[in-house]
Amino acid sequence: MIEIKNIHKIFNSGQPNQVNAVNGINLNIKSEEFLVIVGANGSGKTTLLDLVAGSVSPTSGTISIDNEDITKLQDYRRSKWIARVFQNPMSGTASDLSIIDNFRLAAIRTKPKGLSIGINDTFKNQIKEKISTLGLGLENKIEQQMGTLSGGQRQALTLLMSVMDSCKVLLLDEPTAALDPRSAEVVMRTADELIKDYRLTSILITHNLKDAYKYGNRVILMGEGQVVKDLDAGKKKALKQNDLFDWFG
Amino acid sequence: MDFYLTALLQGLCFSALALGIFISMKIFNIPDITTDGSYTLGAVVTAVMIKHQQPVYVVLPAVILAGGLAGALTGIIHTKLKINALLAGILVMTGLYSVNLTIMGTSNIPLNSFPSLFTLWHISEDPNQNTFWIVAVFVIAIILIIGYLLKTDFGIAMRATGNSESMIRALGVNTDRMKITGLALANALTAVSGYLICQNQGFTDISMGIGIVIIGLGSVIIAETLINWLRITSVWLSLLLVLGGSVIFQMVLAITLDIGVDANLLKLVTAGFVLIIVSLPRLNFKGR
Repeated sequence: MIEIKNIHKIFNSGQPNQVNAVNGINLNIKSEEFLVIVGANGSGKTTLLDLVAGSVSPTSGTISIDNEDITKLQDYRRSKWIARVFQNPMSGTASDLSIIDNFRLAAIRTKPKGLSIGINDTFKNQIKEKISTLGLGLENKIEQQMGTLSGGQRQALTLLMSVMDSCKVLLLDEPTAALDPRSAEVVMRTADELIKDYRLTSILITHNLKDAYKYGNRVILMGEGQVVKDLDAGKKKALKQNDLFDWFG
Repeated sequence: MDFYLTALLQGLCFSALALGIFISMKIFNIPDITTDGSYTLGAVVTAVMIKHQQPVYVVLPAVILAGGLAGALTGIIHTKLKINALLAGILVMTGLYSVNLTIMGTSNIPLNSFPSLFTLWHISEDPNQNTFWIVAVFVIAIILIIGYLLKTDFGIAMRATGNSESMIRALGVNTDRMKITGLALANALTAVSGYLICQNQGFTDISMGIGIVIIGLGSVIIAETLINWLRITSVWLSLLLVLGGSVIFQMVLAITLDIGVDANLLKLVTAGFVLIIVSLPRLNFKGR
């Protein structure tokens, strides 16, 4: 599904503050695989995710999705396959817009945004129904501005928004980092359910080793811009939570 | 009373400019001051074309196109060359001065002897009232168009671009193109104000745009204060309040002149008035 070949990303090349964020990573992520990436700060996790999303372009190497080379494709063109949940709840939603406006944009992620009014009663009811599945009681607040919601509510809605339009790849960049433990759990559980229901290929970056243990069917450890450990589904099942903690010991 | 009617007319004519500033500043979050240039450009294109016996309904699309081009240019400089929006606007505005002067060939064109938008229909005997009805219909048509636009999928994407760029890019929108389109739209509206004002006052002058951006800013800030105060989220009401802001602004200036303040001090009064509106919501009279 996603093929990353010998990818490098060097920031500030040739300057004293040169950073080799990603150092020749090769990854082949199969369809419906749920890959969890762990690693210390500065190990290149987020850069790797940005490379897949297209918000950062690689110094060398190639990335392809469904055998299509997307290395040179701008991030907004990759939205055809990829939906994204950011670390900061503010980044994934537009605060000044209403919930329904946010969902409208998400519903036409892969389509052109034309000069017709897309929000009608049918659409509203459809969204209300979807939102009610979250069980957060937000279905009657769809005209409310996104900015009035809590971080947890916004992340949960962002997740739901990502499956509003056809989506193959879901990128989760520490989606629960800014949330309290309870909201974090709601968000992670929602993510896991959506990934299974919509059979998404997904990548999760997390610092929460319990989440890394609990979710996903493949886990990699990154260090200094490289893949240090790579456990597939079988090995991940055999893995104990303490083994994960030992990786950082 | 006629004095205030004139101010009302000015306010209506300037409301297109205020809507332009509303789009660039509030919707796209871009401080665009191409305004001074594109407003004059609108008036210049109008004057030259009217002088060459072009009917006003042919002039209007040309004005929109000219303003749009000016805005798009600022947008391209800002997004593609990654130059600060303020500087991009200043560059285009400065360049436009020469362009305007070249198109005009002179620094002033009187239009009184030519037919205008306001002589096209005769609704009322009184020329000012006649102008009022025509410009009112014109402005309401603009608000209907902009309001509809902001409600469409494209419009929602526009609003999201100024609000959360990371989100809207992840949702498949080319934000550079969106900003260029937005600035083109904003400056097309600004040029339309030039089109209206020069026909209303009966001449185009090369210096008529100097400092005009403050009128748009002031109107939008009045509107914004009201929007926040009344907690308005409706797009339609916001646009109407921008129109209201533009009229209030001109009324305040008219009152200032009416109570005998020296006309030479008008720009100072304008700046002071905008300062007061900006600072009012920030002042806390009750203390902490």
